Amino acid sequence: MAKAGDKEGSNRPALALHVPEPKYRPGDKVDFSHIQVPEAGAAPRPDEACEAKETYPLCDDLIRVLGDDDKAHGPWDPRLDADTLRRMLREMALTRAFDTRMYRAQRQGKTSFYMKCTGEEATSVCATHALAGDDMIFPSYRQQGCLIARGYEPEEMINQIYSNKADKLKGRQLPIMYCSKRLSFFTISGNLATQLPQATGFAMASASKGDSRIAATWVGEGSTAEGDFHSALTFATVYNAPVIFNVINNQWAISSFSGFAGAERATFAARAIGYGMAGLRVDGNDPLAVYAAERWAADRARANGGPTLIEHFTYRAEGHSTSDDPSAYRSAEERDEWPMGDPVMRLKNHLIALGEWSEEQQAKQDAELDTMVKQAQKDAEKNGILGHGLHHPFHTMFEDVFEDLPWHLQEQADQAIREREIKFPEGLKK
Amino acid sequence: MNMIEAINSALDVMLDRDDNVTLLGEDIGYFGGVFRCTAGLQEKYGKTRVFDTPISECGIIGVAVGMGAYGLRPVPEIQFADYIYPGLDQLISEAARLRYRSAGEFIAPMTVRSPFGGGIFGGQTHSQSPEAIFTHVSGLKTVIPATPYDAKGLLISCIEDNDPTIFFEPKRIYNGPFDGFYDKPAKSWKGRDDAQVPEGYYKIPLGKARQVTEGDQLTILTYGTMVHVAQAVCEEKGVEAEILDLRTLVPLDIEAIEASVERTGRCLIVHEATRTSGFGAELSALVTERCFYHLEAAVERVTGFDTPYPHSLEWAYFPGPVRIGEAIDKILAE
Repeated sequence: MAKAGDKEGSNRPALALHVPEPKYRPGDKVDFSHIQVPEAGAAPRPDEACEAKETYPLCDDLIRVLGDDDKAHGPWDPRLDADTLRRMLREMALTRAFDTRMYRAQRQGKTSFYMKCTGEEATSVCATHALAGDDMIFPSYRQQGCLIARGYEPEEMINQIYSNKADKLKGRQLPIMYCSKRLSFFTISGNLATQLPQATGFAMASASKGDSRIAATWVGEGSTAEGDFHSALTFATVYNAPVIFNVINNQWAISSFSGFAGAERATFAARAIGYGMAGLRVDGNDPLAVYAAERWAADRARANGGPTLIEHFTYRAEGHSTSDDPSAYRSAEERDEWPMGDPVMRLKNHLIALGEWSEEQQAKQDAELDTMVKQAQKDAEKNGILGHGLHHPFHTMFEDVFEDLPWHLQEQADQAIREREIKFPEGLKK
Repeated sequence: MNMIEAINSALDVMLDRDDNVTLLGEDIGYFGGVFRCTAGLQEKYGKTRVFDTPISECGIIGVAVGMGAYGLRPVPEIQFADYIYPGLDQLISEAARLRYRSAGEFIAPMTVRSPFGGGIFGGQTHSQSPEAIFTHVSGLKTVIPATPYDAKGLLISCIEDNDPTIFFEPKRIYNGPFDGFYDKPAKSWKGRDDAQVPEGYYKIPLGKARQVTEGDQLTILTYGTMVHVAQAVCEEKGVEAEILDLRTLVPLDIEAIEASVERTGRCLIVHEATRTSGFGAELSALVTERCFYHLEAAVERVTGFDTPYPHSLEWAYFPGPVRIGEAIDKILAE
């Protein structure tokens, strides 16, 4: 008699492991026609106070405001005044100019590392505009636009990138791991997705104190695979925490396409559904759609409506970092073929269509921003560049491990200072 | 008070003194904790101060880091130290490094409470002593009480401390001291001096060891349950040892250790945790480096074996009176 699980006589088919593969590899002709690009203005806009489940159709849709005619359409049009639009354009352009110059600075050996956010500027700059100034931002490493939108001085950012003597983080952190409590910008960690439960905890604390501040956090689509993503969303819905999860789906996690985070089967916004959380999926290269979605989520959170997950559908136009060469794993055509275009150009064209901006003004502004970043770089270089002697004193390496210096760290600090005389009799190289 | 009541009292005192103190963990709210350490606190302070969480150690610790960034003083509980591992990334990469990486802009003033240690037939996942994982992490303080009086005073110090602290509670001695003679009747804390716990606020400073017994023959460095086991063995053998209950592993009371070993010339280290790369290795290295010319015998370590904690062979595994007695004989024979 056959026992349970007996394989004898089985005619079951052989199993096959599915390993995702991106559509295009280096040298391939790119055709993005399979990506659904809905008409601008077509997506409905539920009330901010709606039940989470009313948003679920939007998790599979794509909220777009700016149409091919460069005009704003539909219920998600945030109806921003021209000054705000120009400010967002300027900050996105500044972010790009900053990235360009810092990438070059790394190539010139002035620092060890840099990461651009080219093509994703709207997802940080415009989202930040939808928040209050004291809402706490829990960023990943590709949200320099949040800092720029909050007015952080480019020179301070460069001081950090150069790890020089003016670096507020005392040369302890890898370049771009910024931190600014003054601007409610949480300290960036190299460990992916850890900021997500932390943002939830901050939001829970704010709610438990009866405060009005909310938290907003950013994570790449690749890092949604981390366990912290699940923990954060679970806690956020359990406690109805006033937190916004921005998932930046830029299609690539270093060399791995989004399929390795589960994109082949469902959108990232759809993750919200299983948690009972409001979810929105927006064109991440549409500055107005990004602003509108973030504003919707912020208003909802502020009214005790609970958390929202927003998937910003965008494209990582450049390499992952200065240590990465994307031509080794993806087609160079992808960037130009991306159907949602470029966020800076789209906002510029919108302002021009409104009669509030011109190509001349744009060119003038670009030149002015370039000069401004150059000047900030020069000013920062007076404080030193990486490895050129103008760093923080040796003993600062031992500070802030604890509030007070315990005996074992005091002993080690003494040793480091003793070694200095032997290792660097002339000081560190100038 | 027994140790559970002392811990409950410390939490009660701190919830009352500081509105920012917030307790969170699995089953700690309405139910009062699987060991009763938080009994009655939710009823007294409300659900936003003392609350139950989803079963997610990563979430519990991660959320506590965020609460600390806001300005609260969270006291997360991990139900068993054996289950702290899902929260390790948040503890090691985040809580421990927050002050350093932000140059002091953000801190993690949190106290992770967790029952630890064996001797209760807890098997592999209710008996572990993972303190060496935490003492190896720069930026964390690790504290382990051995008496109800210390448990309350040390826990209050941890909660008030602005650094992230791991507070391991030896669950074998929650209800009474345990001397390692497992076949004898269980003892209670009742009537003991170290179980006389004041109702109100008091602190025991972190980084300070407690001298348990006086003695010239050897120094015993230990903590948690093993303080009581080592003491019972010395009494039974008639050995006059100076037993130091370290209480805080990081930062360590190196002065007390040096002073004692320099006087006795002999040192035994006792812990329940597994041997290789255990905290005893750090203690042994420190004593050897700093007291070498005073040593009259090699520093010995009595520890758990390098195996997962077994269920049926618990008393063969536990570093009890026989293993400690042999080590003492060996040290004194040299």
